[in-house]
Amino acid sequence: MAETSSVTDGIHYHQHDVLIIGGGGAGMRAAIEAAPKASTAVITKLYPTRSHTGAAQGGMAAALANVEEDSNEWHTYDTVKGGDYLTDQDSAEILTREAIDAVYDLENMGLPFNRTPDGKIDQRRFGGHTRDHGKAPVRRACYAADRTGHMILQTLYQNCVKHGVEFFNEFYALDLIMTETPEGKRVAGVVAYELATGEIHVFQGKAVVFATGGFGKIYKTTSNAHTLTGDGVGIIWRKGLPLEDMEFYQFHPTGLAGLGILLTEGARGEGAILRNASGERFMERYAPTIKDLAPRDIVARSMVQEVLDGRGAGPNKDYVYLDCTHLGAEVLETKLPDITEFARTYLGVDPVVERVPVYPTAHYAMGGIPTNNDAEVLADNETVIPGLYAAGECACVSVHGANRLGTNSLLDINVFGKRAGNNAVAYAKTADFVDLPADAADGVVKMLAQLREGTGTESVAEIRKALQETMDRNAQVFRTEETLQTALADIAKLRSRYPNVRIHDRGRRFNTDLLEAVELGFLLDLAEVVVVSAINRKESRGAHMRDDYPTRDDVNFMQHTMAYRTAAETGASQGIRLDWKPVRVTHYQPTERKY
Amino acid sequence: MSDTQLPQGDPKGQDSGVHPAHSGPTGAPTPMADRPDTASTDDQSSAHQVAEAAAQSSTEPKPVENEYDGADRETQPAPSHDVPESFNVTVIVRRYDPEVDDEPRWVDYDVQMYPTERILDALHRIKWEQDPSLAFRRSCAHGICGSDAMRINGKNRLACKALVKDFDISKPIYVEAIKGLPLEKDLIVNMEPFFDSYREIQPFLQAASKPEKERHQTIAQRERFDDTTKCILCAACTTSCPVFWTDGQYFGPAAIVNAHRFIFDSRDEASQVRLDILNDKEGVWRCRTTFNCTDACPRGIQVTKAIAEVKQALISGVKL
Repeated sequence: MAETSSVTDGIHYHQHDVLIIGGGGAGMRAAIEAAPKASTAVITKLYPTRSHTGAAQGGMAAALANVEEDSNEWHTYDTVKGGDYLTDQDSAEILTREAIDAVYDLENMGLPFNRTPDGKIDQRRFGGHTRDHGKAPVRRACYAADRTGHMILQTLYQNCVKHGVEFFNEFYALDLIMTETPEGKRVAGVVAYELATGEIHVFQGKAVVFATGGFGKIYKTTSNAHTLTGDGVGIIWRKGLPLEDMEFYQFHPTGLAGLGILLTEGARGEGAILRNASGERFMERYAPTIKDLAPRDIVARSMVQEVLDGRGAGPNKDYVYLDCTHLGAEVLETKLPDITEFARTYLGVDPVVERVPVYPTAHYAMGGIPTNNDAEVLADNETVIPGLYAAGECACVSVHGANRLGTNSLLDINVFGKRAGNNAVAYAKTADFVDLPADAADGVVKMLAQLREGTGTESVAEIRKALQETMDRNAQVFRTEETLQTALADIAKLRSRYPNVRIHDRGRRFNTDLLEAVELGFLLDLAEVVVVSAINRKESRGAHMRDDYPTRDDVNFMQHTMAYRTAAETGASQGIRLDWKPVRVTHYQPTERKY
Repeated sequence: MSDTQLPQGDPKGQDSGVHPAHSGPTGAPTPMADRPDTASTDDQSSAHQVAEAAAQSSTEPKPVENEYDGADRETQPAPSHDVPESFNVTVIVRRYDPEVDDEPRWVDYDVQMYPTERILDALHRIKWEQDPSLAFRRSCAHGICGSDAMRINGKNRLACKALVKDFDISKPIYVEAIKGLPLEKDLIVNMEPFFDSYREIQPFLQAASKPEKERHQTIAQRERFDDTTKCILCAACTTSCPVFWTDGQYFGPAAIVNAHRFIFDSRDEASQVRLDILNDKEGVWRCRTTFNCTDACPRGIQVTKAIAEVKQALISGVKL
């Protein structure tokens, strides 16, 4: 196994067969496959147990059929329909087929799932998961109370400890090094910034796995952690590689009103009901068959519609209620204890006896770094970049299409995290290291110096706040050409201010001031890609709802958006070129989506 | 969180002159009796505890040796239906930058806060509107990632779960790094010794058999270790422990909690290995049952009870 390190000119050099960027669910699942077989390093901005996988609550889908009849094929159908037919169907088949073993893997690793009376893994209902192609909700989500993500993150970390995985904690990856070879572009390594010391590390690797999570912080009201700033997706973008389906951003229906803190869909899976100000169960009007358990895009839209029509609750009529009061204290305390506590702590509302104010919150990027089913990153619609992989929220396979079903993301990180780890290590076994250019670290060194030594007057916090506010106002659940153009113009102004940000902390150690400035750069880049992609898609599909084009248009738009950064930057705007990529259809022809 | 543009407070002098009992940059222990008092705050809530909340007077300092009784902030009757008024809060932060400072210093900041906001919001307001050099860790901001454990008015809490309205805001709120781990900068400590102890107790399921599907476990067997699966490794418990403050070699409550999670898991076959590790002179027998850990746990884990169960298992074997 190759594993060395040295220091030259103040820059640290390391060599590992496999480099994994990100220590959340997908990264650690990959590491568990790779570490026993090859020298593996996980480079992570946070301590792994701080990753946002741990905030996932409700469950992980797999047709185990432990509590009622179920099948992979039903799960595939639901995933395709839930994704409004933008899901690549062969990918969804892999996801749902490998789901079964993914759950058993985790249980065998030690995950404490809730149990049925006969000792098997218990399962609960979740939005959009149905029996026999939409006939009724089905119990498919395997869960551990309402901290399933926490238990997955802990279990994966525990098994990384077991396998002696090497972590570089609080190392912030900032660049991917690719070298031109006679066989084309090859991955050579990664450059990272060590937060504790401010020093630069160059990691040479044969294979690199991106597992860097999402970028919810382009929005103000979000369930996402402060640290979810799209760094990995941004690095790929800046290398000139494409991003897929960036206009599809999921708004989770039940965020705590005004705060955006997530309340699991598992609450509705256990029987909770959404009500408007007059107490009406309004989802009966929007999804007569499965009502409150419709997919998230439909529920979020229905909630916003209720508020727009004046049926919202509260002094400003700007939220609706999640009613859990009929579930009883025992169900809440045993199956939904965390969200019960969140409502009590942050809103002072006791879900046992009161309805909880909720409103959609920015939650999940369906789009991201395009990969094939082997988690290999694509340079265009077909060409693979040898040795480069991506998995989890940062990636777009696409198993989620235009709208992800709840519990399919914890599944995604396990199925495709495992695939990425296995394929990366297999590649590293056959490939040689690619030479690093002598100036490998120069780009990062220069960027950090420019930021740290800048003499501008702009505030990182103000630009970020303005970005988040325009995205909330103009690129949220409902969009139009006009709102999106407003957002684009706002982003352009903010981009022009960004080079003049001032870093007040000039020190080296734990310079979180500098870190936030770098993160803001990625947020600005990605927000622009989201908006430009959204302007270009003149139809409504899944999470992308255009008021000015309210119907789905399969003739023109049943295809993935591929966005490329071009060299032609114009003023404050990046050069962005848009293209399309066909959807892979196996069994399910698009039909009108009713629930 | 509020949209309202808040007036900017000015950072005051470099040193407020207020020095609650504390010690040097290594984060060495503060004796319990000298802690800035806990009397100005109510205890943090947790789901189970609120349900059974028997109100305890918030003005009565809790004797250290008392068993934690789960008394908590009362559940508020109404959600934020009324627009609350903001008010000024003085937050005094123990700053330390080893590149500049010889030793830590207390710096006070005035911030405009709403009652439902958190101490984390106050720190962000300081960082984003007054002094961007303030360093602290945070991520999820709702008590699940464990990044922002800190010592607030002398008591370990997650800054994202400590609500302003639960403090007496007529007095300043003191914020400093958790104690007993090496101080790196401002509110950031070196977490490695903490994770070293965790890793030492072999925190992973050990079982020889490889079943075809899932291992079976009854609902009661699963319930047996439920409480200790909630741990988020924030270190609030371990760094509130007086034994850990004086003896950094002690495994500390968090490592024992995570050992408990496996010792009492019916699927695990290595209980004895972990019990042997914790029978060490730096193991469970060092616990003096002060209940600080239980009091500090933001997840409401009955930490002292878990430690007691591990002690009991060492004496009379594991009872699943």
